[in-house]
Amino acid sequence: MLLLSADILTKNKSKSNIRSYSIPTYQNKMTMAKIIEGLLYSESHEYVKTEGNVAYVGITDFAQSQLGNVVYVELPEEGDEITAEETFGAVESVKAASDLISPVSGKVVEINEALGDEPELLNKDAFEHWIVKVELSNPEELKGLMSAEAYARFIAQ
Amino acid sequence: METTLKRTCLYDKHVELGALISPFGGFEMPIQYTDIISEHNAVRTACGLFDVSHMGEVQITGRDAERFVQHVFTNDVSGAPYGKILYGMLLNPNGGVVDDLLVYVKSNTDYWLIVNASNIDKDLDWLTKLADGFEVEVKNRSEETAELAVQGTKAESLIERCLGISCADLAFYTFKETEHEGQALLISRTGYTGEDGFEIYGSPAFIRKAWDALLASKEVTPCGLGCRDTLRFEVGLPLYGNELSEEITPLEAGLGMFVKLDKGDFVGRDAIVAQKTEGLKRKVVGIELNGRAIPRHGYEVEADGKVVGSVTTGYQSVSTGKSVCMALIDKACAEIGTNVGVRIRKRLQEGVVTKKRFYDKHYKK
Repeated sequence: MLLLSADILTKNKSKSNIRSYSIPTYQNKMTMAKIIEGLLYSESHEYVKTEGNVAYVGITDFAQSQLGNVVYVELPEEGDEITAEETFGAVESVKAASDLISPVSGKVVEINEALGDEPELLNKDAFEHWIVKVELSNPEELKGLMSAEAYARFIAQ
Repeated sequence: METTLKRTCLYDKHVELGALISPFGGFEMPIQYTDIISEHNAVRTACGLFDVSHMGEVQITGRDAERFVQHVFTNDVSGAPYGKILYGMLLNPNGGVVDDLLVYVKSNTDYWLIVNASNIDKDLDWLTKLADGFEVEVKNRSEETAELAVQGTKAESLIERCLGISCADLAFYTFKETEHEGQALLISRTGYTGEDGFEIYGSPAFIRKAWDALLASKEVTPCGLGCRDTLRFEVGLPLYGNELSEEITPLEAGLGMFVKLDKGDFVGRDAIVAQKTEGLKRKVVGIELNGRAIPRHGYEVEADGKVVGSVTTGYQSVSTGKSVCMALIDKACAEIGTNVGVRIRKRLQEGVVTKKRFYDKHYKK
């Protein structure tokens, strides 16, 4: 689906820990996909932000830019056990549904209920609006995820 | 199946505008320029411009042209005057739909068929085969004909202002031929959005100029095929391959009014008459879901624990926000108000059978 070329990837120095990478998401349209240092990333475009034994899981800015208008987020329930590399919900744009693949295993301790009424928050700021908060059952899994830099390379491929 | 994708004469302009481009009907077509929701709303509230040059144009000429079109087409063109446009289908002998199309009447020896891009080759083969015994010529005019759709309440005034073509006098489903700066064009009050609007046909050179002139006004929004689909869907218009196919008859699709059984014999008529006599076994209906999960093409529809059909097209309606779909389901469950469910990612989402039209058309008739 994507036509990406590595030579167009440029890294801009910016304040704070947010780096902007210029990635051609459409045929020739340069869209700035935001990537945050310090978070962990999966190949299916979820991010993980850890706080001790708890992880916030959401979709990346790149993912939302590819989906277009997000109109529905299917959330798990609090207390659900979710498993790494398995589906825990879905994000639907106008045109298509995409499964949410969990980057970690554990118990869902909180869901971001705001996304139920305003799924478009993911388009406004995907990193600000995490999807689920998970109590990790196997923190070792985090080692299998990508750093910000590795993820930037990954989406530029 | 497809070897190389074709491009319309406006391809470079789509790329320049930063469109998301995807294959559709054998062409590389713009799906969206910004996002589907804003483009959809531009058509509903003001004016949108679509490149629909991928559509096929087939010209039927000759002494037997009228008799031939009557033979292959479900609607009745007999005695239709210059400028008249009719919607209908080409049927196979089983009553299934080979294609749905518009027929533009130039005279009783000259008809233009506007067909789906994905069906151009199939239609040409079909028509050529059926032309045996008729004094007609079936010509593919798709390559040299480009097409724009200008849709929305402001379409009429913007076409007049930007192109200097007066179209206020055009009635719904009629066309006229005129010229703009020495270039021939054909304009009709037709469309596929449920809004008032026009379709303009001409040479690639003319269409490129018209595209630029319309966009230069800054009041016309370039729109991709993404919103063309959400727009047509909301007003219950069928898409070939979804609500219509070789296996689905016009009666099942709820389009019986475009099949004129009283006009004399035509291909597929016997099958339709038989189906009418026996009664339908399945029907395309609308379904509105209670929740927000979105039914998509191919998802199963269930009633009383049984699978009764599947979704043909589904969206969260851009205009109403509701999760709705069209679905082909057993006739026994097709009554408006029947409780049905759609299986979405393993969960059954409850809903109810409704009309196929989720948003009212705003045609100027």
